[in-house]
Amino acid sequence: MTEKTTPDTPILEVSGLTMDFGGIRALDHLDLRIRQGEIVALIGPNGAGKTTVFNCLTGIYKPTSGELLRTPTGLATRRLNGLKPNKVTQQGLARTFQNIRLFPNMTVLENVMIGRHCRTRATVLGAIFRDRKTVREEKKIVALAYSILKKIGLADMINEFAKNLPYGAQRRLEIARALATDPTILLLDEPAAGMNPHETAELDELITGIRDDGLSILLIEHDMKLVMSLSDHIFVMDYGKKIAEGSPNNVRNNPAVIKAYLGEDVEDA
Amino acid sequence: MEYFIELFFSGLTRGSIYALIALGYTMVYGIIGLINFAHGEIYMIGAFTSFIVATVLSILGFPLLAIFVIAALAAAVWSSAYGFTVEKLAYKPLRNAPRLSPLISAIGMSIFLQNYVLLAQTSDFMPFPQLIPEFGFMEPIAGIIGSSDLVILLTTAVVMVILTWLIKFTRIGKAMRATAQDRTMAMLVGINVNHVISVTFIIGSALAAIGGLLIASHVGQINFFIGFIAGIKAFTAAVLGGIGSIPGAVLGSFILGLTEAFATGYVSSDYEDVFAFSLLVLILIFRPSGLLGKATIEKV
Amino acid sequence: MISLKDLKNAFLVSLWFVFLTFPLMVIKVNPFERTIDWRWQNMGYVAAGSFICYLASRFFLASKAAKQKKQKLLDIPDKPKSDWQQRLLSEPRLYLPVLGVILAILLIFPQIFSTYQINIMITALMYVVLGLGLNIVVGVAGLLDLGYVAFYAVGAYSYALLNLHFGLGFWAVLPIGGLLAAGFGIILGFPVLRLRGDYLAIVTLGFGEIIRLILENWNDFSRGPSGISNIPRPGFFGMEMTLNQSISYLYYLMIALVIFTIFVVNRLQNSRIGRAWFALREDEIACQAMGIDKTRTKLSAFSLGAFWAGMVGVIFAAKTTFVNPASFTFLESAIILCIVVLGGMGSIIGVIIAALILMLLPEYLRAFSDYRMLVFGATLVLMMVFCPLGIISTVRRTYTIDKNLKTSNDREDYT
Repeated sequence: MTEKTTPDTPILEVSGLTMDFGGIRALDHLDLRIRQGEIVALIGPNGAGKTTVFNCLTGIYKPTSGELLRTPTGLATRRLNGLKPNKVTQQGLARTFQNIRLFPNMTVLENVMIGRHCRTRATVLGAIFRDRKTVREEKKIVALAYSILKKIGLADMINEFAKNLPYGAQRRLEIARALATDPTILLLDEPAAGMNPHETAELDELITGIRDDGLSILLIEHDMKLVMSLSDHIFVMDYGKKIAEGSPNNVRNNPAVIKAYLGEDVEDA
Repeated sequence: MEYFIELFFSGLTRGSIYALIALGYTMVYGIIGLINFAHGEIYMIGAFTSFIVATVLSILGFPLLAIFVIAALAAAVWSSAYGFTVEKLAYKPLRNAPRLSPLISAIGMSIFLQNYVLLAQTSDFMPFPQLIPEFGFMEPIAGIIGSSDLVILLTTAVVMVILTWLIKFTRIGKAMRATAQDRTMAMLVGINVNHVISVTFIIGSALAAIGGLLIASHVGQINFFIGFIAGIKAFTAAVLGGIGSIPGAVLGSFILGLTEAFATGYVSSDYEDVFAFSLLVLILIFRPSGLLGKATIEKV
Repeated sequence: MISLKDLKNAFLVSLWFVFLTFPLMVIKVNPFERTIDWRWQNMGYVAAGSFICYLASRFFLASKAAKQKKQKLLDIPDKPKSDWQQRLLSEPRLYLPVLGVILAILLIFPQIFSTYQINIMITALMYVVLGLGLNIVVGVAGLLDLGYVAFYAVGAYSYALLNLHFGLGFWAVLPIGGLLAAGFGIILGFPVLRLRGDYLAIVTLGFGEIIRLILENWNDFSRGPSGISNIPRPGFFGMEMTLNQSISYLYYLMIALVIFTIFVVNRLQNSRIGRAWFALREDEIACQAMGIDKTRTKLSAFSLGAFWAGMVGVIFAAKTTFVNPASFTFLESAIILCIVVLGGMGSIIGVIIAALILMLLPEYLRAFSDYRMLVFGATLVLMMVFCPLGIISTVRRTYTIDKNLKTSNDREDYT
């Protein structure tokens, strides 16, 4: 994190990403890149294929073709294609879900502790005998999970069941859980969906804070105010294709983007 | 060669019975996505009801044809009533529960019904009255195909035709197909989904009951436990053909019946059931969508 | 609470059930002597029974709905239904004396009761361990395993066969049986991991039946349906024991195994692996996305669950001194599943209580014992419909955090 990175070297590079479901092409030769410490937004009308990009990146879907490259600074490039979701997470990509997918019957703290799973290594024998190493590791997990919850603002609800949290808190808990996996890139799928303006403003601060900690963020969002205020770079998708990219100002005035969102004029049709 | 043909027809007979039961599994699965574990028991209840009715009528001295028809009707009516009631009691309250809840409920129902028949009737094997006479015109080929085989094949064919007509061309059939594709949408366009589900259970149960009557009179004896193995095998057939698909269930049943007949005829009859179970395990592992089924992608 | 409409409905329902059960309950034919027995009294029982059951369920549902309405009106959040349970189970001061009394009763049990009673208790304790084992698979990890009895069979047959061919003693085979079952858990678990929940259930059922059928038909290996007899009871440093002594001995052994199981299972549930199991049950996709290896987690649940069945299988063989395939039918799996479901998926105490209720009640209510399986079946349905969380819902561990906690990772607050 302390290492100075040149702004031009991406840490995640997607090229030619294509995904077919039966005869339907959900993603069509898509190129994306994310640089260190950047907040990148992925926007587009419903059904444009944004969540499909996340699912391909995190190994839930197997892309039909294309390259997913993880290029950590100073380390060897690693292909993400064909990795199982848990391996992708180990590579430093963590995500949230559009329809919240918490572990509803586990406590808030446990939800976050789950995130530490891939960074810890206690075995079955360790769990049974509780040797000193395991106990120490367990203590560390609790401490770290708690410190993340404190930052997210859920520290006073740690023993509450996740299903009993209010909606906004559930979305924040998902972010906390993802942060616990020690990601370098955080994928947020519509984090502001269903939030009121006050909650959205809080979320804005939260995401900026996470970026200031050195993480890169790929964001799917429909709230344009949030997208414009947060993003360093925006990719616009429609029908599985990238139709525009650039800085917020650039994208705002792009005719192709306006057409995709508002439809063509009647005369043109 | 004669042995081969004999095995072939015995396989077709088995396949017909499996098909009659498998249709119930596949229709219910198609509509509510539930493996109706108690379906084998519905079949057993059909067989038992027809056993009771047929025996009573034969003691009272009714003619054979009348016994056959009345026993078949009684089996269909009561099996349907049981199927309907089981759905209302054990599955309907769990429509929106986690996926495993209705399955556990179905297993409970299956155990309950088995022991209900055991307690209400008997644990012994009961001789089933012979309802299908040896037809005179069948005599020249009786060594290859028996009269009851012929009746089973014909009945199954007639039932299949009626079912196809019902699903393809009637109002309720259309509603069933719509519900199977998208339950919420069907509800929104004004289909009474609960009604459709009930009808599905009733039809499936009636088919199983006919199968129960036919196989019982073919084999000549029944007891309370026949539903378990028959249920598993019919389920295997439904999965083999692609669960949720009606032609698939019929195809799978005939494949299973034929392979079983040849395997027991040429190899060994000791491992007959092992064979069916192994086939089930293999299909589910290597091609869970079956021969005619469609693979599904889970939405994230 | 009960309106006229309810009474009318109850009447209609009982009429329906009278019709439904008419052929099976009322008519009994004897095809050999060609006689018909009309049992009209059964019709009365059915009518009265269904009438009462309908009203009872109406009453239950109405009071449940009223409670929820009241909660909503007063804006009480959806609290876990049993606050006192949670408190009792989470505070050592409250549960330790209770535990002590129970343990004392259990320890003097063989001194007071007859051999017959001790035998029943041993069986019940065996089912406690089986329930706790299956609870790992079904209750905690959410994998519906309908072939659990196969692992029980593996344990029992491994003692019978290893003793027969190699003369191995009980104590040597006890761990071997457990490990063999765990190994089988991995072998059987591996191919089925990709399957969806309900398919997994059917495949495990298939595996269970395949193993039983192989034991039944492979005469050279397992001596077929006649089984293997003269299996020695467990020894105690080569001491000669009378039958009564050896039963008491087995009883204490079983108590020790139960305590050992509770200890291990409890520690497992509150560990990194246990959390992964719970997460897997809650949401498979989210679980993977959080970096948990689905395959390993499922396999570990399968094999660690199977381990206990293997151990209890060895004890079963030693207790009855005889094994045959008929002891390992699907119904056995269903009984163990019933214990887990009744106990509340994932709850250790619930499973123990459920095992004791389901095993001891039918023994002591003799009139009831014919209805045992009927009641088990009905229990599964009723639990799913009315009380899917079981009699004791899972208690999650609560953590207390030292608020002044300083960790090396403490960063500034984001908000």
